[in-house]
Amino acid sequence: MNAPGFLLVVTVAVLYSSGFYLLLQRSLMRVVFGILILGHAANLSLMLTDTAITLPPLLTGQDGQISDPLPQAMALTAIVITFGVTTFLLALAYRVWLGDDNDEVPADLEDRRIGRLTEPEDSS
Amino acid sequence: MNTLLAVPFLVPLLGAATALVLRRFPRAQQIVSVLTLAVVVADAAVLLRRTADGTVLTSQAGAWQAPLGITIVADPLAALLLVVSSVVLLVVLLYAIGQDIGGLSRAMPQVFHPIYLVLTAGVCLSFLAGDLFNLFVGFEIMLTASYALITQAPTRARVRASMIYTVVSLTSSILFLTGIALVYALTGTVNLADIAAKLGAAPEPLRMVLALMFLVVFGIKAAIVPMHFWLPDSYPVAITRISAIFAALLTKVAVYAIIRTQTLLFGGDDISAVLLWIAIATMVVGILGALVQDDINRVMSFALVSHIGFMIFGLGVGSVAGVAGVVVYLVHHIVVQATLFLVNGLIRQYVGHTSLRAVRGLTTVSPTLALFFFLPAMSLAGLPPMSGFIAKVALFQAGVEAGGWLVHLGIAAGVLTSLLTLIAIFRIWVRGFWGTPMPDMVEARAQLRSGANRGALRFMTAMTGVMVAVGVAVAVAAGPLTDIAFTAADDLLDGTAYVEAVLGHGGAS
Repeated sequence: MNAPGFLLVVTVAVLYSSGFYLLLQRSLMRVVFGILILGHAANLSLMLTDTAITLPPLLTGQDGQISDPLPQAMALTAIVITFGVTTFLLALAYRVWLGDDNDEVPADLEDRRIGRLTEPEDSS
Repeated sequence: MNTLLAVPFLVPLLGAATALVLRRFPRAQQIVSVLTLAVVVADAAVLLRRTADGTVLTSQAGAWQAPLGITIVADPLAALLLVVSSVVLLVVLLYAIGQDIGGLSRAMPQVFHPIYLVLTAGVCLSFLAGDLFNLFVGFEIMLTASYALITQAPTRARVRASMIYTVVSLTSSILFLTGIALVYALTGTVNLADIAAKLGAAPEPLRMVLALMFLVVFGIKAAIVPMHFWLPDSYPVAITRISAIFAALLTKVAVYAIIRTQTLLFGGDDISAVLLWIAIATMVVGILGALVQDDINRVMSFALVSHIGFMIFGLGVGSVAGVAGVVVYLVHHIVVQATLFLVNGLIRQYVGHTSLRAVRGLTTVSPTLALFFFLPAMSLAGLPPMSGFIAKVALFQAGVEAGGWLVHLGIAAGVLTSLLTLIAIFRIWVRGFWGTPMPDMVEARAQLRSGANRGALRFMTAMTGVMVAVGVAVAVAAGPLTDIAFTAADDLLDGTAYVEAVLGHGGAS
């Protein structure tokens, strides 16, 4: 494997692991960053599918070999989607922060309540 | 380009744009939405007529021939699901319009209509997508719309639920993208038919890893155990029309994607044992969760998780009869879930909430409501002669024919789950529907019935009645439905018709 390819593999691995680590945090801001980083990881792995990544991109009026344009097009679509959804997530996080004055992901209260029920409920 | 195939997703998108422009004119907006969905229903019906004999219709966007261009494909399965989904979407839309006219909801209709139509486009595109990346785009259109819809009439609980929902769905989308990258690296194509033809040559372990990867991706969205936690947490919190559509359609689109990828791409045999174990776990864990809840919406959400297991079970069996059973189950479950959540919405209308701790005597408050709950609930539990019974019998029969200890274990789990579903429903029935209604419920009913929104409430009840009738129609039309299901299953497991229609430049385009 050539050097840029190897570097990309390492980068993708680091991005995936740090992204999932952040995703598992309680703080919403960290979760949003986790999603962002995971998005980068996925886009870079789309780039990885191209063995000729070092060649120039699709150019008109020029001879010679080019890199595969399809993964680039797919990554572009994915970037737009992640960008839009990240904006939405930030708005939501802000909303949660406005309501609760912190950005912790709260636990499911109903679930906690059910979990605490030890006595059989009366069904009258 | 075959226009019939483009209508289900292009017309809703156009409708969404129109509805957005007309946001100051609620009546015009409602007309646009209803007309749009009516067109989709009609188009889907024509597609089903054309594909019912097993024909696969294809259309190459921009006349770029497959595997280079974007391919839209309608096979019997896709057409059947399109018909059912669009009918459910239309009825729920009418229910929502009735609620809006009566001023009985705090949702913003001017926002609701455009996004609802975008959701429709996403659902239809997911069913018709002929390549993996277009399937991803269809999913994203559907999910992005759903992120916005779940926050309608925002309360603190809804914002919290939507946060969890959005993050979980996004994670699965990113894994989906990674899966696409891996498939593209392996085969050099994203066209489903082309992948199917090329993946056979790939090494066995790689194929298996990809199969498992896509199972996880769609499994998160379909809420199979152990990736189901987000669903009972987020669906019950949303407003009625939203949770009805989500429960009916979103998980089922994911199940459709599991069926499509596992049969067409991976042949299904590699991981059928995994599928069966997942099916058993999903059935049992889901229904045990439902038994301890005391909010009707939450019981139904856990039951939804549990019944996804039945569909995975049929796929795990893997025979033509098994997959046909899944198709029948899909149709039955879409209709029944939508009905039950609409009924829950009516209960919420009467009582203000759906917690069993403070609901009594619903049969006295509204006998019609009780009937509308009873019929689909019995169908969910699989009592004859309802559609649920037919679907379950089809699955179990396929299981017995296939044999094997794991399949038999699955059948046992299925029967147990059906019984436990019945118990969960009886819990709701005994606690919520029997007894003397609470004084505030009687008062609320009197207020609703005498108020100006009496007509609106009647209309909503009538729409719920239409959904109940559709559920009964599924049982009545079980014969033709089973025929189509078997044709669809044949097509799915054989795969050659699909591949030839897409790559052979034949089809009816």
